[in-house]
Amino acid sequence: MKAFAQLFLSLDETNKTNEKVKVLKDYFTNVPDTDKMHMLALFTGRRPKRQINSTLIRNWAIEASNIPAWLFEESYHVVGDLAETMSLLIPESPGSSSKTLTEWIAEINNLADKSEEEKKLWLIESWAMLDRQERFVFNKLLTGSFRVGVSQNLVIKALADITGIDAPALTHRIMGSWMPEDYTYDQLVQEQNAADNISRPYPFFLAYPIQETSEKRKSAEDVGNALGDADEWQAEWKWDGIRAQMIKRGGEIFIWSRGEDLATEKFPELHPFLNALPDGTVLDGEILSFQNGLPMPFNVLQTRIGRKNLNKKVLADSPVATIVYDCLEYAGEDIRYKTQSERRVILEKLQQETAYPEVFNISSLIKFNSWEELESIREQSRAMIAEGIMLKRKSATYQVGRRRGDWWKWKIDPLSVDAVMIYAQKGHGRRADLYTDYTFAVWDGDKLVPFAKAYSGLTDAEINKVDYFVKRNTLEKFGPVRTVKPELVFEIGFEGINKSTRHKSGIALRFPRILRWRHDKPKEEADTLESLMALLGE
Amino acid sequence: MAKPLLEFTDKGIYCAQGKFYIDPWKPVDDAVITHAHADHAYWGHINYLAHHLSKEVLFYRLGEINLRTVEYGETVTKNGVHISMYPAGHVIGSAQIRVEYKGVVWVVSGDYKTDDDGISTPFEPVKCHHFISECTFGMPVYSWKPQAEIFTDVNNWWHTNVDNGVATVIVGYSLGKAQRILQNLDLSIGKVYTHGVIENTNEALRRNGVILNPTERITPESSKEEVRKGIILAPPSSVGTPWMRKFGPYSFGYCSGWMALRGAKRRRAADRGFIMSDHADWNGLVSAIDATGCECVYLTHGYTASFTRYLNEIGFNAREVHTLYGGEEEDAVVTENEEKQETSELPKQEKVLSFGEDLGEAKKEDAQ
Repeated sequence: MKAFAQLFLSLDETNKTNEKVKVLKDYFTNVPDTDKMHMLALFTGRRPKRQINSTLIRNWAIEASNIPAWLFEESYHVVGDLAETMSLLIPESPGSSSKTLTEWIAEINNLADKSEEEKKLWLIESWAMLDRQERFVFNKLLTGSFRVGVSQNLVIKALADITGIDAPALTHRIMGSWMPEDYTYDQLVQEQNAADNISRPYPFFLAYPIQETSEKRKSAEDVGNALGDADEWQAEWKWDGIRAQMIKRGGEIFIWSRGEDLATEKFPELHPFLNALPDGTVLDGEILSFQNGLPMPFNVLQTRIGRKNLNKKVLADSPVATIVYDCLEYAGEDIRYKTQSERRVILEKLQQETAYPEVFNISSLIKFNSWEELESIREQSRAMIAEGIMLKRKSATYQVGRRRGDWWKWKIDPLSVDAVMIYAQKGHGRRADLYTDYTFAVWDGDKLVPFAKAYSGLTDAEINKVDYFVKRNTLEKFGPVRTVKPELVFEIGFEGINKSTRHKSGIALRFPRILRWRHDKPKEEADTLESLMALLGE
Repeated sequence: MAKPLLEFTDKGIYCAQGKFYIDPWKPVDDAVITHAHADHAYWGHINYLAHHLSKEVLFYRLGEINLRTVEYGETVTKNGVHISMYPAGHVIGSAQIRVEYKGVVWVVSGDYKTDDDGISTPFEPVKCHHFISECTFGMPVYSWKPQAEIFTDVNNWWHTNVDNGVATVIVGYSLGKAQRILQNLDLSIGKVYTHGVIENTNEALRRNGVILNPTERITPESSKEEVRKGIILAPPSSVGTPWMRKFGPYSFGYCSGWMALRGAKRRRAADRGFIMSDHADWNGLVSAIDATGCECVYLTHGYTASFTRYLNEIGFNAREVHTLYGGEEEDAVVTENEEKQETSELPKQEKVLSFGEDLGEAKKEDAQ
């Protein structure tokens, strides 16, 4: 555990990519193989099952730190991270422990059938054996929120340097559902083929944005200059659903989301079509709610995703289907090396053979002769329930991760309104103890009605200024939330707007974020609820 | 009931009987100054009273002011009110102000720390009836390590940088932190180079008779290779500026109490965060307040709401008060910036800062 705690500390102590990779390599070369796999699992979002619920951990931490519960909560708001708060508040003790990460995780997993009293005793004794930094990563293991300031790509890079296996292959080998208890380091570094693990998905190929923000609009001419001849590209709508990889191998089916969650059971409507696919087929596409053969807005699907049980009503209200746009494996062969056009031919063939054409849709190609023509077609995106247009180079292979070059997304410009900030709350992690989470309101007559929360879009310098304003213009406090003097106006951008019964304003926005601070606008000139409602009709 | 000896007004802490203010933020006739940081020593008063060791820094920062200085323990009497100063341990020349009238004693802490930093005269608890305290780090998550441990880390880091051929930039504000760092560096490793703002402050202190380790001011003629073998002492305002970038490749360390939290550390994007503060930590605050034996404690800045509540729960009589203190160790925007006046960084400061607007905290307190 000392090595793992040191790894965390060292990663925190540098902002330089090369040094982070070096730190990761040092870790890999200095710990036993089982620790390597545990670290890899944790750094790629595969955390051990939570064996003590976090309310109990919290309560025992409060007891151990000998402060009132409310002060513990206040401290948590200042620190912005539960594991760190506990590590700071529990008094230091002189004990120490040389257990490895693997041994600690085994102990955690052994708690499953222990009584509450036994768990508590174990936890208090464990805390006493660990120094502050070790205690912090240990608390992270226990509470499960394991976000590290290092991307999976860097971990892969370090591992690639050490093993000599190339990064895309390694990325593929750590996809899917494995746990460090059943996947050894030797297995990881040995030659493998896709069939070794029939559920394993391929790494997703992700598009690069043509315009990163709405301020940086790109014209047809810009796009032409960057991408060259329009003939070399295929265009499709950018569908607003859940990206998924659908696998049929060895008589079994698997549906993976982009976040590498196995979601097979969440979409029973797709099972017949997937079961009917030939063995050794992997498709890439989007899952959307459909009605009468047409895709519905994302929020319809969103309400369904939130449900634990898919009862008849949910299935009837929000039936799903797929719009597939790529084929990665065909007849048991990994065909990612083939060109976009070749893969498209195979995909079309598969779709023609399906007995479920209403569920197995294919993303139709947009016909266009020039970038100017495509630019005007893009204007119809909202009517198509699409987020914009996807551009894929006809000669491109299917690659790993987000990279510039062959796949681009050209999203429509967001909708926007000018709104007044009325509440502020402290952020977490990097933004702990700073007011960074804001609630915005628009005018309804002479009243300000909250309609959206947004966390991102300001620069660090702007956040500091807003934080300064909030601390000096607080009207009321409700727990961590402050009501602030309505004064600051921001332009809020969003992708879509829908009616909502859950919100006071009667509307819900999709992906709201701050586009810019309108220093030039007094609060009286912010937009009205009426003007937002008018957007509903579009 | 008689008027309290000290009141909280929209200009600062006021003594009506003695007709003077302590650390006022608007121009007044008579100002008693706890220490020379910008959020305590404002420009524009007619008469200033401060500790002797603040003299040259005040002249440097505020220009030709009408200043009288005293030593620790020396008493000045105004209209029957006895004013004396006691060490606050915050920075060189920082003082707690003791005010006594007809047997009633008030103490204004200014900013303070309870650990001895080896350069500021160590904090001395002063018995009083009413204690006006800061609580910049008034949360139990803040707990400082002994200074020797911190400087072992600093010196090891510097040493490693020299071995790796990268420059070392250490950042701390120019009055207080800079000298504390300077006096605790291991000078067998190399020379100490200073940013102009820090060197100006060092020179002021030397004029005041303070003996500081040797430093060399960085000028456009300084050799980058030589500077790389030493350590560069820079103020927060220089972070990310072309001035700092020209020393690259460098490793940049930030010295502040805020470095205790991972989020704050990551936000400042320093290569190394050293947890080093010139303010008292949680235990320091509680013990300092306890040592005064006061009947009532007033919290001026920091985590005032929760600290007040906690003190009341453990048996003190605590109140939150609103002041404009708390600048020098706050966030980057508010951090001292001597080349560019702090105020110009903050939009509409007059409006934003007018006294009593932050009623939220006070109201909540009243309701309890």
